[in-house]
Amino acid sequence: MLKVTNLQAKIDGKEILRGVDLEVRAGEVHAIMGPNGSGKSTLAQVLAGRENYEVTGGTVEYDGSDLLELAPEERARAGLFLAFQYPVEIPGVSNVYLLKAALNAVRKHRGEPELDAMDFLTLVKDKLKLVEISQEFLYRAVNEGFSGGEKKRNEILQMAVLEPRLAILDETDSGLDIDALKIVANGVNSLRSPDRAIIMVTHYQRLLDYIVPDFVHVLSDGRIVKSGGRELALELEERGYSWLEGDAQPAAQSGARAGAGS
Amino acid sequence: MATATHQLDALIAQEYKHGFVTDLETDTIPRGLNEDVIRLISAKKNEPEFMLEWRLAAYRHWLTMIEPNWAHVHYPPIDYQEISYYSAPKSNKDGPKSLDEVDPELLRTYEKLGIPLKEREMLAGVVAVDAVFDSVSVGTTFKKKLGEMGIIFCSFSEAVQEHPGLVRQYLGSVVPSGDNFYAALNSAVFSDGSFVYIPKGVRCPMELSTYFRINAQNTGQFERTLIIADEGAYVSYLEGCTAPMRDENQLHAAVVELIALDNARIKYSTVQNWYPGDKEGRGGIYNFVTKRGDCRGANSHISWTQVETGSAITWKYPSVLLKGDNSVGEFYSVALTNNRQQADTGTKMIHIGKNTRSTIVSKGISAGRGQNAYRGLVKVLKSADRARNYTQCDSLLLGDRCGAHTFPYIEVKNPTAKVEHEATTSRIGEDQMFYCLQRGISAEDAVSMIVNGFCKEVFKELPMEFAVEAQKLLGVSLEGSVG
Amino acid sequence: MNAIERYSADFARIENALPGSSIGWLQDARRDALSRFAERGIPTTRDENWKYTDVSSLEKRALIAAPSPDRADAATLAASIERLALAAEYHLLVFVDGRYDRDLSWLGRLPAGATISSMAEVLERDPGLLEAHFAGEIWPHGAFGWLNTALAADGAVIHLEADTVVEQPVHLLFLATGSASAVHATNLIVAGNNAKVTVIEHYAGDDGATYFTNALTHIVIGENANVAHYKLQQESAKAFHIAGIHAKQAAHGRFASHSISLGAQLARNDISTYLAAGSHCELNGLYLADGRRHVDHHTRIDHAEPDATSSEVYRGILDGGARGVFNGKVVVHQDAQHTDAKQENHNLLLSKNAEIDTKPELEIYADDVKCTHGATIGQLDDAMLFYLRSRGLDEAAARSLLIYAFAHDIIDRMALQPLRKRLERQLIERLPLGSTEVSFSELLLDGQSGTGQ
Repeated sequence: MLKVTNLQAKIDGKEILRGVDLEVRAGEVHAIMGPNGSGKSTLAQVLAGRENYEVTGGTVEYDGSDLLELAPEERARAGLFLAFQYPVEIPGVSNVYLLKAALNAVRKHRGEPELDAMDFLTLVKDKLKLVEISQEFLYRAVNEGFSGGEKKRNEILQMAVLEPRLAILDETDSGLDIDALKIVANGVNSLRSPDRAIIMVTHYQRLLDYIVPDFVHVLSDGRIVKSGGRELALELEERGYSWLEGDAQPAAQSGARAGAGS
Repeated sequence: MATATHQLDALIAQEYKHGFVTDLETDTIPRGLNEDVIRLISAKKNEPEFMLEWRLAAYRHWLTMIEPNWAHVHYPPIDYQEISYYSAPKSNKDGPKSLDEVDPELLRTYEKLGIPLKEREMLAGVVAVDAVFDSVSVGTTFKKKLGEMGIIFCSFSEAVQEHPGLVRQYLGSVVPSGDNFYAALNSAVFSDGSFVYIPKGVRCPMELSTYFRINAQNTGQFERTLIIADEGAYVSYLEGCTAPMRDENQLHAAVVELIALDNARIKYSTVQNWYPGDKEGRGGIYNFVTKRGDCRGANSHISWTQVETGSAITWKYPSVLLKGDNSVGEFYSVALTNNRQQADTGTKMIHIGKNTRSTIVSKGISAGRGQNAYRGLVKVLKSADRARNYTQCDSLLLGDRCGAHTFPYIEVKNPTAKVEHEATTSRIGEDQMFYCLQRGISAEDAVSMIVNGFCKEVFKELPMEFAVEAQKLLGVSLEGSVG
Repeated sequence: MNAIERYSADFARIENALPGSSIGWLQDARRDALSRFAERGIPTTRDENWKYTDVSSLEKRALIAAPSPDRADAATLAASIERLALAAEYHLLVFVDGRYDRDLSWLGRLPAGATISSMAEVLERDPGLLEAHFAGEIWPHGAFGWLNTALAADGAVIHLEADTVVEQPVHLLFLATGSASAVHATNLIVAGNNAKVTVIEHYAGDDGATYFTNALTHIVIGENANVAHYKLQQESAKAFHIAGIHAKQAAHGRFASHSISLGAQLARNDISTYLAAGSHCELNGLYLADGRRHVDHHTRIDHAEPDATSSEVYRGILDGGARGVFNGKVVVHQDAQHTDAKQENHNLLLSKNAEIDTKPELEIYADDVKCTHGATIGQLDDAMLFYLRSRGLDEAAARSLLIYAFAHDIIDRMALQPLRKRLERQLIERLPLGSTEVSFSELLLDGQSGTGQ
């Protein structure tokens, strides 16, 4: 589904990604871990098409087409969803309007008919239960005045409504208390399916207790330096990241293959 | 709160501590202003012809100008013929060669002010001081050491003699002689000031400092400072001011010009504590000052930090012309007005180059019957793509007879600009005071704590020694005002 | 002939044809106003209050008042009114080229203490009702205000005795057909103690007509009275529109002013209010300008007594080569303890030749006050645009949505549904809509259900 090859990117002249290799197939859940500043969020933003980042090398193939050629909205319509680390507040635009506009844009792209107001509300109400958000939330401005936990749940709500093919969760666990974390994890798990893939970007392994990944990758200094299974996350929890930082260079290639292969 | 208010009042009422007069023999020319006076000043300073011409042109222009009246300040008309335009301590005709030749009385004055002028006292310090007493510069410390690095730090008069080329190239290039009424007057009659040149790539290793003092009666002080930071240079410059207590008002009309070339940085800090006048508003300095920095080069950076606690009237807008691409201008200000003091101060940030950024943080404190106005201009010209400005103006009111005013002008002609302005007004809350008192903090300490907290964003921009002085000064200026 | 001479000649020509010309006090007031105008003349950019607004282009046209303008074709007028009326149940007073037209107007049932009529009619029937309000000194006047007092031929009078409540909004529709090149209109709104009324002052002109509207509205708000005022300016694209709206609020009086500026080549609004103890005012404004238009709002709020509150929000969207000016002044007088004043001005610059000059001012002479103001100038936020696009909206739609939301903040503050709908439609017509299939009409419904929650 997604094939990232030697991806390099910089922002304001500063090199952040220095050759990331990653392959994700349908049905898989990948966790990308790494210390602060390793480039995790940059990778997520670059995949979603944030224009502040300049891609300086490498390729990204998504469902057989060149992802980097697509505008952010084209990526979204093609089923790529980014749950933002810091969801943006948009005063004056109601949540429900954004949801509906987004859903109909995606449906139109898929060649499906647009939902009318009734069908749409029925669908959304169903999803609201999943993330335990009350209906009045829909009529508030997008993320405005939401608590940290509410913003993250709102991201998962959008994801549940849009039903993406590839969901990238950028530090979705940060700032969540344990109850909110469970709700978010529950929402994500309910979306797991054989034709859908999920990439979780996270600093802590805590989230992985609730959303169990098939693969774990460690990103350090703009490269994936180690890949493995679930047990790698536990090892990181125990040993921290520093033991990996030394051997960034040689591990990168084999790590990526391990992630893509098994 | 009644107790608190009472204590507040007591604290505000404190007296000016630098109000002594130094008994010195001075060489003062008679009052009045005409072309002959200007020729006399120029001759006394043995100036080259171009300086005299420059002064005379400024004077002739000044005659055609009208005193500005738009500021939010009120004062009786100034009789410019009643002022003496030159006063100097009488000493060796050629002026002191070293500090040992300076009148010991004068040195004692600076000691009283806490300015360690003597080099031997300075050895432990990191500050080079140029002191301007009334109209002339009385000594510059650490000159030799700086000279070895190619740094020129001397009195303006000396610069005219020793470095006429630099003076001629840069004088009036930021503040033209006809820029405004007071700048024109200054250009005509300025007697001394400081001159700084930092050569390419040199980072000035110590803070440079000028201490200004008005001593003589009926004199005006018109000093002129010119600082040039050549490509890649850095300098931090400090300026302090005091004056004795006198019943009449004295005029101080200074001009400061800063020039930063490519990648250069100038940090200019002022602690202004001119005599503010007494409680009834008698006496005090009229501080009408033009300060402007020119970020001429790409990536240049000029920041103004000022703590204004003195003067009867302050009229002052340290500004930055952001010409170079990616240049940065900053203005951090604390202005305090107590009793009958009036301040109309602020800044102008003129965005000309691309990616230019400016920050303005202004903290006004009004007590007694003080009137405190922030007046600022943020102007983004069509050429200034992606210019950014952030302005924050906060006022703190201590007492119900004072005033706090905000007059920000924002003019934007480029759609990629982002400008934000915020202003708030508040007073020391009853709950804040009670909280402190309940924790056993005296009302005086509580106010000083809260006021210092209010000013923190500005103080942190000051060099350490100055920050301490500024905090003390603020406490002193507020004494009797706060509870 | 300079402006002073021209307007003086204009005055001499029409003075005797003005309504109430035989009433002594009115004649004195008009002459006094003209001489005060003549003392100062037309302002120039050297005047601090007109620093950013140059009216010399208006003066070059030398537009003068017509004593009795030609009647426009009745069918055309009826069609215009049909198009511009807001709701059938609203009281409607139609002024054609500044003169009240009884036949085109519609007044519903009014309570006993209410007089709603035209200036000319009131001067005929009950001139005493107006005398006190013509004493020049009680109102802030600029040059155009004095000119208005001297030359105004008509306007609306809304006079409510104490405790009188007018349920339905009063819609004052000023239609310019272009046949009179200068229209000076004076409106007076007086709400006695506990009285309540909503007024819509609406200026519209035939496309392409060049004319000058000089309007002046005085609003007297009694104790505990409540006046909501909506000003909707959609003059022709070539018109000059200069207007003053000045209110005085007695203790606990409430005043809401909404100023929407959409038309005219040059529009200037001076809006002021004077707050007595415990009163509250809300000043909101939205200005949209493109082409070479110039739109200027000057507002002034005087907190004269304790415990009053004010809240002001103005938003502007400037496109093409338009220039916007905002000057908001809040003065807190010495006795006005416990004042709470908030002011905001936000501007979007959408094109490289658009320009904004803003000056939010505070003058404070009391200490126990809470005053804040903020001003921003910028573009649409990149992070917001990206967020919307990452959810599948194309760029044009995302931009439209953000512009709409930016402006809608002001519309959201309005209580009148028909007016809100009208404005929302007009706003949408101006947006660079994208290819997204989601229509903005749905957004409107959502917006309403949102506010209804």
